[in-house]
Amino acid sequence: MAIFEKRRLWLAVLAALALAFPLLVTNGYYLHMMTISFIWMIAVYGLNLFAGYTGYLSLAHAGFFAIGAYTLGILTVKAGVPFWLAFVSACLLTTLIGALVGLVALRTKEHFFAIYTLCVGYIIYLVIDKWDGLTGGVRGFIGIPAPADIGPLSFQTPVAQYYLLLFFLAAVVFIMYRLVYSLTGRTYIAIRNSEELALTLGISTMKNKLASFVLSVFFTSLAGALYASFIRFLGPDIAYVSVMFDFLTYLLVGGIGTLAGPVVGTLLVTFLSQQLQFLQDYRMLIFGPVLTLLIIFYPHGIAGGFIRFKAKREEARRLKLEANRTVAELAASRQGRSERHVKEG
Amino acid sequence: MLEVANVSVRYGSFTAIRDVTFSVKRGEIAVLLGANGAGKSTLFRTISGLHKPAQGEIRLDGERIDSLPPDRIVQRGVVQCAEGRKLFPRMSVYENLLMGAYVHRKDKEGIRRLIEHVYELFPILRDKRNAPAGSLSGGQQQMLAIGRALMSRPTVLLLDEPSIGLAPLIVEQMFATIKQIHEEGTTILLAEQNAHAALSIAHRGYVFENGTIVASGTAEELLANDDVRKAYIGT
Repeated sequence: MAIFEKRRLWLAVLAALALAFPLLVTNGYYLHMMTISFIWMIAVYGLNLFAGYTGYLSLAHAGFFAIGAYTLGILTVKAGVPFWLAFVSACLLTTLIGALVGLVALRTKEHFFAIYTLCVGYIIYLVIDKWDGLTGGVRGFIGIPAPADIGPLSFQTPVAQYYLLLFFLAAVVFIMYRLVYSLTGRTYIAIRNSEELALTLGISTMKNKLASFVLSVFFTSLAGALYASFIRFLGPDIAYVSVMFDFLTYLLVGGIGTLAGPVVGTLLVTFLSQQLQFLQDYRMLIFGPVLTLLIIFYPHGIAGGFIRFKAKREEARRLKLEANRTVAELAASRQGRSERHVKEG
Repeated sequence: MLEVANVSVRYGSFTAIRDVTFSVKRGEIAVLLGANGAGKSTLFRTISGLHKPAQGEIRLDGERIDSLPPDRIVQRGVVQCAEGRKLFPRMSVYENLLMGAYVHRKDKEGIRRLIEHVYELFPILRDKRNAPAGSLSGGQQQMLAIGRALMSRPTVLLLDEPSIGLAPLIVEQMFATIKQIHEEGTTILLAEQNAHAALSIAHRGYVFENGTIVASGTAEELLANDDVRKAYIGT
């Protein structure tokens, strides 16, 4: 119970910090950075559901992110669809494309799946890059409207947009939390553990993998649509491999297959790379080795390493308790024996 | 009720099981005896649908099940408890049991009752219900694996080497529990190297060597068979 209460306290502190952030930090640049990293976090949560909990590394997620973003752009600018309708449609359309890709991709496993999805991601990039008439090609796509007002709520100012994205992030984290601790989440984890074992328990792995993939694409496309309405300019490079590997870096640093991982990793990496901006591209010289070391020594990232550290401590405490008890019992029985000896003597 | 007819299984060009025919009748305990690598596990995997037979049929109550996917076979009541005590190590004992009830996940009340039943069979699992499965001892893990298989409500339970790597005293308890599970109405197909213990609770046995059946008979017949005694019992 104590652990649960403590966790709740931490969550409350974090939530308060997030809510107060625009008041504490008046620098507009930092506010912008934070808002953008919320978008990355949502995308990484999507990736985490499939790569972290279900155990399949999809490298097409930057592509789905871009499809979400471009669909919103095209629907609002070219087709004149009202913003929130376009927003929902963008997510649904991307999810549908994800389902079609998943139907084929999930016939492969492990690294073949990774390679296949890498190709899918690249094809998405090429389509966006070359289809000038629809996407604007390399020139990019401009004029995407900011989120439309909902009743009295307006999202025109940076602070309002910050809170809108914070709301979406909180919703995504909450849904993930409920999902991971449900039977559905445990089913995904079972598949990650061993697909064969899952099958012998009567789990239809294909159906569950597809469901997980589709959900994962949904969250990432949500991030894409939010990105389009926040940045309001789109270039084909958001579908490029480098964005995919940014997502992956955030996830690996934070902790793959953990709930806190996407938040921790995204915050750390984006802010570190901002601080190291003066090094230009040489900062990769620092990032590369640090990431390598992290993967070697903390394969489960920062959040994963922390969880394991706590579990170990708990285990050690339990063992110590048991040992103490045994020693005490031994001492008591010995004492009993010696008392008997005294009486008999 | 479970019939395996002329089944062969190949891995590429290698034939792991050649033309195997045997059956398990309702309410029986049947045992497959055989050394490591004889093909017992392959046969089990084939019955569970993880491998497709290259030829032959597998029937449950007269209906073919060899073309069904594994999850459908579990729904039909043929449940495997895999060798090597495969559990979900980071899930708790309780969660592992819940996963076993996956095909009956809508029946919350039934699951609650069944978990109680498993706790009665293996009281240690109740004490350890919140411990991660990976922290259990070998014997406890085997109990959990069997308990989890029971959660799928098997009509035929396939037990692959339940005694492997366990201390003699635990092995004895394990076989007593298997007998109890059988008495509660589950048909059991057991793969074992421990021929003496297995035949002492079984009705019928098949001796498996190099992917094919070389001897079969009732438990008494096999126990009296000199070749079997020499090869598997050692007296």
